[in-house]
Amino acid sequence: MSEEVSAEILTTHILDLAAEGKRLDGRGPDEYRSVSIEPGFVATADGSALARIGDTAVLCGIKLEPGKPFPDTPNAGVLTTNAELVPLSSPVFEPGPPQPGAIEVSRVVDRAIRAAETIDLTRLCVTPSEKSWVCYVDMHALGHAGNLIDTALLSAVSALAHATVPAKRFEVAEADYPLEVRHFPIECTFVRLGDTIAVDPTFDEERAAQGRLTVATDETGQIVAMQKGLVGAFSPDDVKDVARRAFVHGDRLRGLARGGGSA
Amino acid sequence: MGSVGAKEVPVLLSPEGLRIDGRRLDELRPIRIQAGALRQADGSAFVEWGANKVMAAVYGPREVHPRHLQQNNKAVIQCRYNMAAFSVDERKRPGLDRRSQEISKVIAEAFESVVFAEEFPRTSIDVYIEVLQANAGTRCAGLVAASVALADAGIPMVDLLPAVAVGKVGGAIALDLKKEEDNFGEADLPMALVPQSGRLVLLQMEGHMSPEELAQSLDLGVRGCREIYEKMKQALRERYALTPAAGGAA
Repeated sequence: MSEEVSAEILTTHILDLAAEGKRLDGRGPDEYRSVSIEPGFVATADGSALARIGDTAVLCGIKLEPGKPFPDTPNAGVLTTNAELVPLSSPVFEPGPPQPGAIEVSRVVDRAIRAAETIDLTRLCVTPSEKSWVCYVDMHALGHAGNLIDTALLSAVSALAHATVPAKRFEVAEADYPLEVRHFPIECTFVRLGDTIAVDPTFDEERAAQGRLTVATDETGQIVAMQKGLVGAFSPDDVKDVARRAFVHGDRLRGLARGGGSA
Repeated sequence: MGSVGAKEVPVLLSPEGLRIDGRRLDELRPIRIQAGALRQADGSAFVEWGANKVMAAVYGPREVHPRHLQQNNKAVIQCRYNMAAFSVDERKRPGLDRRSQEISKVIAEAFESVVFAEEFPRTSIDVYIEVLQANAGTRCAGLVAASVALADAGIPMVDLLPAVAVGKVGGAIALDLKKEEDNFGEADLPMALVPQSGRLVLLQMEGHMSPEELAQSLDLGVRGCREIYEKMKQALRERYALTPAAGGAA
């Protein structure tokens, strides 16, 4: 049992600051921490990227292998997403089978990638019903200082954008070719701290939060996924406002996911 | 949104604006709620919603298992959303898959947002949801059943939690999708409302929606939830009426 006891005094302090529009690390309610993406971090993967938001870091590695399409989607390749919240990244993570928190991260990231049609799965099909590529998106948390979801999707989209289909190695084609990424979904996560809704929560802010809301947008102006988490509530007007803010941040972060770099 | 490699897309919206089962865009499927459907549970409910059949039971407040989850200042709310192997067309492997675990988590968090858990420190309130027959919208049907079951168990709460999914079919925003609409629709947005505060404690979304469509969906969903709220209260009145004849008048 390593459920960290967050001091109630810290929670009160975070909420008091939020009431004045301030945050513990000096940011305003609508500011991200520094964001950076380093594509190609792991040479053994077919695509990879290390994304950082503040002290939160997620490394994503892509592996592509020949496999079989699912019977209900005979003309499409297979996409599998998994997040490992490994114990080295935070005292609150334990070894063992994935906990609900890790499952939520991978499913919310998976939903954004899938709904945004980030990669055209039909192009991963080699022979209908017989042979297709299986694209594994494996994410490893290497530091949890809050907002794992946004960091994880940044790492995944960047890794996909820099991935190569190892067609030659598996003797599927004459030469390897780049995996085509068609859309760039970005997730932006917000937490309610009293009457304030703050973007990009830190670990302590997540502990103090009265509800969390993630909105995924794409570059065409569409909302592609949402997830409300933690204990707490949002009014429909809150949701609309959060969606509007998610587009502003999303458009800014999308450039990083495409090319890498920092902001 | 399982549209990848899908075969034929059925006509989801008629020229008259009617849906595959003849409903209007803002119309719910028929819902029947029975409070107190199980004898052994502290609270229970059975919900038939369109072609969904969902049973929910509540046990507690009782001792916490596993023990380390115990909280000294409040009850923990543990939720298990499970689908029976035979509840879907192709047999589902029994047990909790990742989808079920995620749904269990967001439902537990939704209830934690309305239950007065501080009144029962060092206990667990266990919410079990079994989907027996599935036809899209099972998490909402499960939430509605569990909410009525919690009330049936006498657990103090801010309010009941009506829930419904809004989606996008044939380009139009529609309330309460059924299976064909969900499979071939363009978006799905389940939500649960606290009627008293007008706030949402469960909200998920997948698909494609513009900000305007999102606003429209939220409005439609809130109206749908309020309609379901009346049916939930009615079910509890029927269960606790002094005489069967006093039915809805209590």
